[in-house]
Amino acid sequence: MPALLELSDISKHYGAIQALSSVDLSLESGEVLGLMGDNGAGKSTLVKIIAGNFPASEGQMRLEGEEVHFSKPVDARNKGIEVVYQDLALCNNLTAAANVFLGREIKRQLGPLKVLDYQAMYKRAGELFQELKSETRPRDVVRQMSGGQRQAVAIARTRLSKAKIVLMDEPTAAISVRQVAEVLDLLRKLRDQGLAVILISHRMPDVFSVADRIVVMRRGHKVADKAIKSSSPEEVTGLITGAIESA
Amino acid sequence: MSKQIAAIEDVVGVQESGFFGKMLRSQAFWITVFVALIVLLLILRTDRFWTANNLFNVARNLSFVGIMALGMTPVIITAGIDLSVGSIMGLSGIILGLVLVNTGSMWLAILACLGTALLVGIVNGALISYLKLNPFVITLGMLALARSLALVFSNNKLISFFGDEYDAFLNLGGGSLWGIPNPAIALVIFALIIGFLLNYTAWGQYVYALGGNEEAARLTGVPVRWIKMSVYMLAAFMAGVAAVLMVGWLGAVTNALGEQMELNVIAAAVIGGANLLGGAGTAFGAVIGAVLLEVIRNGLILAGVSSLWNGFFVGLFIILAVFLERVRNYRRG
Repeated sequence: MPALLELSDISKHYGAIQALSSVDLSLESGEVLGLMGDNGAGKSTLVKIIAGNFPASEGQMRLEGEEVHFSKPVDARNKGIEVVYQDLALCNNLTAAANVFLGREIKRQLGPLKVLDYQAMYKRAGELFQELKSETRPRDVVRQMSGGQRQAVAIARTRLSKAKIVLMDEPTAAISVRQVAEVLDLLRKLRDQGLAVILISHRMPDVFSVADRIVVMRRGHKVADKAIKSSSPEEVTGLITGAIESA
Repeated sequence: MSKQIAAIEDVVGVQESGFFGKMLRSQAFWITVFVALIVLLLILRTDRFWTANNLFNVARNLSFVGIMALGMTPVIITAGIDLSVGSIMGLSGIILGLVLVNTGSMWLAILACLGTALLVGIVNGALISYLKLNPFVITLGMLALARSLALVFSNNKLISFFGDEYDAFLNLGGGSLWGIPNPAIALVIFALIIGFLLNYTAWGQYVYALGGNEEAARLTGVPVRWIKMSVYMLAAFMAGVAAVLMVGWLGAVTNALGEQMELNVIAAAVIGGANLLGGAGTAFGAVIGAVLLEVIRNGLILAGVSSLWNGFFVGLFIILAVFLERVRNYRRG
């Protein structure tokens, strides 16, 4: 059986700058992969290629054995890859429900017209927030929300359709300690439902508490890819900084 | 545990604020209150304001700016601006006059007028959305360009329509139904249509999303470029509609039609709550903004104040509107 996601020999360069050099990566359902590395190590570039923000310069990407090419984020989403962006990509002037459904609103037929079905969207968004155990009200405007609530809105988005892979870019960077625990709990829940999660994070404790496997990037190269049990924070720190060449 | 879930359920069901709260926070509401106060003052202090004749004139005069402000509002919601609507009105009005005089066909003339306006809107929209050029500069360029074309096509001459053959057309802009001037009826119909589009369609949702966070809209799959293009097409189209009605009312067209009208149009939209930073604005706001401008103009005349003061008060209200917006946002934290 092929891996859920299989990257082979992925490279990305911007002119003379090599952002990624022939990276191989595979991902299985029901696993949380911690992706670590210093700023500019190439982890964001890698994730953006998977998310369809831009294509790789070289290399192949296979989803369940089938080769895929994404030219925009919606392509990736249609294949079951959801992303929670670092800045959450929310519209402050819209309600929580409108943000959750942005780009895939529920509509109903009104004569010849398709109109927004606000009631259905409020109801479904409410259910999603309840699943996430978040005290977020679907009718509230996002501008007035706390960091944790905003996070919940962004995560609720990924639960709209049957996603296979969820990419999370620094989900715990800007929220309180209690909220970090909630987000990590949620990550485990996603994994238990059989999803694959890629967690990009600077925070060592988060990665070690939730990830099954860890991949470390340094200067565009993958320098480590191993089970979290056989690694340690010290080793990962060494790998990130370059004190340890590879592992 | 089950208790906790119940608590969340309660919270999730709560609406932040009801209809009343929403209304109190809306700029259009406060402007409406203000208009009501001015109207009350005018009724008490002058004899001529609350007469069928004057109200008829007020309703007709505000319609042209109102119709164009309805087109301007979605543009402003997306954090854009269209400075060319006055010139689009002039150019499409001249085309209307030329086609009408040369073919005698009212419908062909109207079609040519709306088509011209839409074409200019497509050019504006394509340059702004697909080439990502600055809307202020592009529409400033179009303001000069379209006005010049109006001069060229009209050969700087007045085009007027006399005779029975033009009656149907002159009635369209100058006539009335049940005592309500036709342009005002058009204003109400277009306000309902654009209000509906903004509030109940995905298109409207995307217009607001674009003004809130364009990058987020793009990432979530909103067809950003098409939405951006469509708002400039709509703004131009509404300028064409206003041209049809105004030329019909005047019974003639010169290439000065709509000159500097963009300023009143933008003023009406902004006074009604459209935020130039994007993300906010309503169809009702555009209408009430246009009402306020005309009531001030009319009121000053009736009160015997020199019309030279008109611009002063219009300007004052633009500044007040922005100030009101700031105060409301401040309270919201």
